[in-house]
Amino acid sequence: MKRLSLLLVLLLMAALALVACGGGAATTEAPAATTAPAEEEAAPAEEEAAPAEEEAAPAEGAAMECTDPLGCVEVAAGDPILLASALSISGDTADLGTDSQRGVEIAIAKRGELLGHTVELQKEDDGCNAEGGQTAATKIVANPQVVGVIGTTCSGAGVPAAAIISDAGYVMISPSNTSPALTDPNQSWKVGYLRTAHNDLIQGAAVADFVYNDLGLRTAAAIHDGDPYTEGLAKAFSDAFTALGGEMVAFEAEAKDATNVEPLLTTIAASSPEFLFYPVFMPLGGLLTNTARTIPGLENTVLGAADGLQSQTLLDAAGENAEGMYASGPNLEFSNSMYQDEFVPMYTEMFGEAPINVFHAHAYDAANMLMDAIATVAQQGADGTLLIGRQALRDALYATSGYAGITGTLTCSEYGDCADPNIAVKKVENGEFVQVWSSKGE
Amino acid sequence: MTLSQRLKETDWIDVILWLFRAVIIILIVVGIVRKLFFGAGVAYSTKDWLDFITSGLSQGGLYALIALGYTMVYGVLFMINFAHGEFFMSGAMTSAILVGATLDSTGFLDSQPLISIILLIFVSVLTSMVVALLTERIAYRPLRRAPRLVPLITAIGASFFWQNLFRGFFGSAVKPYPVPESLEGRVNIMGFDFLKVRIVVLIASIIALIALYLFVQKTRTGKAIRAVAEDKDVATLMGIDVDRTIAITFAVGAFMAGIAAVLWGMTFKQVNFTMGFVPGIKAFTAAVLGGIGSIPGAALGGFFLGLIEAVGPPLILEGLNLPGVHQLKDVIAFTLLVLVLIFRPQGILGEKMAEKKA
Repeated sequence: MKRLSLLLVLLLMAALALVACGGGAATTEAPAATTAPAEEEAAPAEEEAAPAEEEAAPAEGAAMECTDPLGCVEVAAGDPILLASALSISGDTADLGTDSQRGVEIAIAKRGELLGHTVELQKEDDGCNAEGGQTAATKIVANPQVVGVIGTTCSGAGVPAAAIISDAGYVMISPSNTSPALTDPNQSWKVGYLRTAHNDLIQGAAVADFVYNDLGLRTAAAIHDGDPYTEGLAKAFSDAFTALGGEMVAFEAEAKDATNVEPLLTTIAASSPEFLFYPVFMPLGGLLTNTARTIPGLENTVLGAADGLQSQTLLDAAGENAEGMYASGPNLEFSNSMYQDEFVPMYTEMFGEAPINVFHAHAYDAANMLMDAIATVAQQGADGTLLIGRQALRDALYATSGYAGITGTLTCSEYGDCADPNIAVKKVENGEFVQVWSSKGE
Repeated sequence: MTLSQRLKETDWIDVILWLFRAVIIILIVVGIVRKLFFGAGVAYSTKDWLDFITSGLSQGGLYALIALGYTMVYGVLFMINFAHGEFFMSGAMTSAILVGATLDSTGFLDSQPLISIILLIFVSVLTSMVVALLTERIAYRPLRRAPRLVPLITAIGASFFWQNLFRGFFGSAVKPYPVPESLEGRVNIMGFDFLKVRIVVLIASIIALIALYLFVQKTRTGKAIRAVAEDKDVATLMGIDVDRTIAITFAVGAFMAGIAAVLWGMTFKQVNFTMGFVPGIKAFTAAVLGGIGSIPGAALGGFFLGLIEAVGPPLILEGLNLPGVHQLKDVIAFTLLVLVLIFRPQGILGEKMAEKKA
């Protein structure tokens, strides 16, 4: 009987879980509905305070009023404007997120003051996974003073984070989420989400173009690790490669924390591809690079990866085995001189080393876009108080057009794709990444 | 007994459990048959299958070496030492960075591979043992009389502590592990090419396992460890220093983890501060699979787990026409674990636990 009741309890729990998942949309919208009135309630209270001041000093003119449907952030005179970042700053992909976070810090330092206020950054960690993204976003929306978010580093963290940030009425701009799903309204896109990183549909097509037309290879295999970023990019590559007339002989997946990748590579070697594309992160990327050369049938296969592996870490870990492999990523040889003349020296001065990964410039542009949008929509009181409408901020960001950033001229689509994409392919030669191709052909 | 009576007395939950087992076994058999006789999925040559098997067995050898630490500590303390994966990591990181990098850059590694490997193992084993003894003395010994859950949580805390300490020492980046040139490439055995490093790892782990078994069975210290595992109070009465014996048990487990760390580094050629977690979990699984507390059990469990992880996906899952099979190797390994434990709750070689140990 005891076991029977145990089973019943389990069934009940399963049923509850199902109900909870099914009703997810309804329950997650509820907080959004309640936050807006709450902020409205808070806003009148502020107004009450303002008239009181007016009585004391009637010469100040009309009080500011928050008419924004999503509520406003009020920044008192002398208080800093608070931004937040949710980037991967610990664990295996720490160098990717830290690099972006530095881009944001440079943008803030360079700006100095915004509308007479200093700008502060609340730094959160997205952990490069769904749980981390959820935790970081929850912490951020718990603080009503946060105006906007720069994040996340990893697309896998971006999916839950975008949902939470969007429901709370905030905005987020990612410097490095490249998964196609995040700006696809039929998949994970949420209003309030934008990005300055390229969409991987473009990167996948660029790599396919390079492999098919420049390297002249006709068969390829791809490996992803189940993360939306890697799976999206592997899929985009394989679709584009097939469309060009190439043949995908294998499309495999491996766990992110896998250790023994020999069986996987043996399976792939059985269909002997000319090109092997694995847009994954470290340490899996290092393992694949190190192991691929020892598998018979893959000795002459051309190896290719993407921005997740375009770092010194891979070169250190794989050494000679990385020689001759390719890695795609955003083109950092920008046509304007701002990057080389101002940004890189400032980076080196502030952090004591040259840029450690590839998305610092995108983060810099994201932070500037956000701060410029704040400058556009904020109502300024006579005493220096700021009132920033959340809906107005969203509208201003989505309306971004022809914005001159370091990464190019940014124009946001209605689903938040703001990048001016230019994909470069680099080759490892003598232990260094050397650019060999770019999609704009510059 | 009439049929209706029999139906009444049959617990239908048992029926569901039996159905569950039957379904899994049928799926496994169908997968294998479809793969082997109907050519489902990728077509593999004999050489490919041999690669799957050697890769799996040698991986299993590494799991087995790490699993010994879990099983021996469980034997004497009845506690799961979740920090054991960090003992392994500390040896791998330290030997790679303090010694390996120098050996590699001076060319000593390629000219004197044997001396180099002995040096690497020495540093790795020493670090692992120091870390293990410190953990035992500081985090576990003061809690020896505390309820069972307390040391378990402490172990998780110790694991985080060591991970972040080594991250602080050596940074979070992935570092290369030096491999002597003579160990790279393949070797021809009976007409088939095998990865040299895998063969070396397999042989080295078997030797280490036999040596440990002899140590525990034939030496006085080994006898003391077994006595403490049997009954601590009686062991004390017989004049055995229990605290010292427990410390030795930790040291021996860490010794094996230190050896595994060097072999692991040479196989995968890279190390980082989070590398201890997954092997730790896998080795713990292997220890449970083989019967926790039993040394031959841990070894058998390790080899079994490594083999299933390598051979299971192409053999069973491809036969079932699943895509991206290698990603699912954990699924198949853990399904088999559940299956084994359903039929033998004490593990493959485990003894039925006495009331006191359970």
